[in-house]
Amino acid sequence: MRRYLAFRILQLPLILAAIYLLTFFLTWVVPGSPFDKDDKVSDKLAMKLMAQRFHADQWQSFLAYYPLRIVRGDFGQSMQYSDWSVTDIVKSALPISMALGLFALSIATVAGVGIGVLAAVKRGGIWDFLSLTIALVGISVPSFVVASALLLFFCVRHPWFAISRCESIADLILPGIALALLPMAYITRLTRVAMLDVLSSDFVRTARAKGLSRAAVIWKHCLKHALLPVFTYLGPAAAATLTGSFVVETVFNIPGLGQHFVNSVRNKDQTLILAVVMIYSTLLLVLNLLVDIGYSLLDPRISVQEKAAS
Amino acid sequence: MSTADAIPFDVSGPPARPDTAWRRVLRSRRVAVGGIILGVLLAACLLTLPWTLRREGALAFDGQVIGKSYVAPRGDAPFGTDILGRSVLGRCLLGGSISLSIGVAAAMLSTVLGVGVGLLAGYRGGWVDALLMRGVDVLYGLPYILLILLFKIAFEDPLAAALNARAANLVILFLSIGAVSWLTMARVVRGQVLSLRSQPFIEAARAIGLGNARIFFHHLLPNLVGPITVYATLIVPSAILQESFLSFLGVGIREPLPTWGALARDGLSPALSPIISRWWLLTFPCALLALTLLCLNFVGDGLRDVFDPKREAAKI
Repeated sequence: MRRYLAFRILQLPLILAAIYLLTFFLTWVVPGSPFDKDDKVSDKLAMKLMAQRFHADQWQSFLAYYPLRIVRGDFGQSMQYSDWSVTDIVKSALPISMALGLFALSIATVAGVGIGVLAAVKRGGIWDFLSLTIALVGISVPSFVVASALLLFFCVRHPWFAISRCESIADLILPGIALALLPMAYITRLTRVAMLDVLSSDFVRTARAKGLSRAAVIWKHCLKHALLPVFTYLGPAAAATLTGSFVVETVFNIPGLGQHFVNSVRNKDQTLILAVVMIYSTLLLVLNLLVDIGYSLLDPRISVQEKAAS
Repeated sequence: MSTADAIPFDVSGPPARPDTAWRRVLRSRRVAVGGIILGVLLAACLLTLPWTLRREGALAFDGQVIGKSYVAPRGDAPFGTDILGRSVLGRCLLGGSISLSIGVAAAMLSTVLGVGVGLLAGYRGGWVDALLMRGVDVLYGLPYILLILLFKIAFEDPLAAALNARAANLVILFLSIGAVSWLTMARVVRGQVLSLRSQPFIEAARAIGLGNARIFFHHLLPNLVGPITVYATLIVPSAILQESFLSFLGVGIREPLPTWGALARDGLSPALSPIISRWWLLTFPCALLALTLLCLNFVGDGLRDVFDPKREAAKI
């Protein structure tokens, strides 16, 4: 266990370095320069000086210079928005994206597990039908379609929510739901299948036979087992909400990191692109690592070595 | 001659047909319903291409009519018109053809990539396996849409220099989506190869002196057709979804060519306008996209149940 952990933790910076190199290469082969703006006269000398300021006149010098700064937690200036440092942009946008993502994830987990359990307990009933519908809609309907539908219904037809405002937690409700639907679909189905499995096992019959109430058996004894597959899905679910938030942020006009990324790619703003990619990848990798570790702690039957070997 | 002797001849009749996978596919209601709706949509999109691709006409995708902008759905414009007076129906139909063909092309590319990497990793094992699977891990660590975006931006202009701009745009779209969608396929194929490799029939094939290539193509690959088909069908909806995301973010298809994602993007603000909501610009492309993805997932899931009943438990 300890050896496996050490291996995974040592692997992390290597994977991050590989991702950095890949992103760097892709941003570097993009034709055109980030300093080449349409509205300003692009003087050769001025551009060269700008490039030198970013150590970006040659790829070797940029590659040698920039990663060291990132490691120190300083992402430098944005190449496009010259008055902004990347750190400032990230600082203003990341909390919004994180709040939205966490909100969506918690909706997805709570609602998904609840509906999944009810669907399994009352198989073939209304909850089962609901779980099937959520699964189908969540997987098949793109988040921007859900988001647009929510906006049309709740902001245009019935103006209960304000359009494109991001001031309080209430403004995160609609985007949160739109973003939650995809992970919720998976979580509902995973919970339902796992619950059905557990409900037919011997220890459940024993628990009922010794006189425990139905609710106690379902919510205490069964749920513990049924949550395991859900837990392993949380890593991919976090990835889904992170990437899904790009689109949802666009629909709801939320000033999160997703919009910055799309714009930075369009503007060839290398420092901003690298910063966003590295932040997202680090978040994802660390989350996946935590999920793997947590999984082995939750389920003593499985040792991580076995899982790694399979 | 006793009657008992005659019985086998009497009841033989047509032999009981074996319950093959394809027969089960045809019986699966999900596959049938999804397949029929999908077939109708596909036929509608493809058969109207001669009219939608025209320069002028009722269905022309870029047939701008002055004074006919924002017409609500009615007899001569079933899906209404957009700001430039273009028929939304025509644009939806052409958009469907483009979305679907990008989806299928990307799925084919990523199937080839995924099967290739999976086979190589599973069959060769050792450091090849370790290297390829670590690569897959790295790519899994990246939010895929970042990668698609970067690929597209990085290689679009060089390609446009070789082809024309519009063709380069389409080609780079499916190339960049296909280039990142093969990861799950590679993992599935590798797992299958690993479990097949240790089975007696492969050992037997090796024992009678068959070469690697023959074992590979004649004995391994046929056993993988089922799972490969299933995952290839499931890549199609996800590729279409990714294309619609890109177009929705405004970095996918270029105007004036439509795809469903691009149409939804263009329709968003007129539909949300608080004064007059032009809902038809948003509703039709979104509904078509959702219906298509639903059917594709239906077919893929149905196929998975048929080919891979053991995975029933993991079914979503």
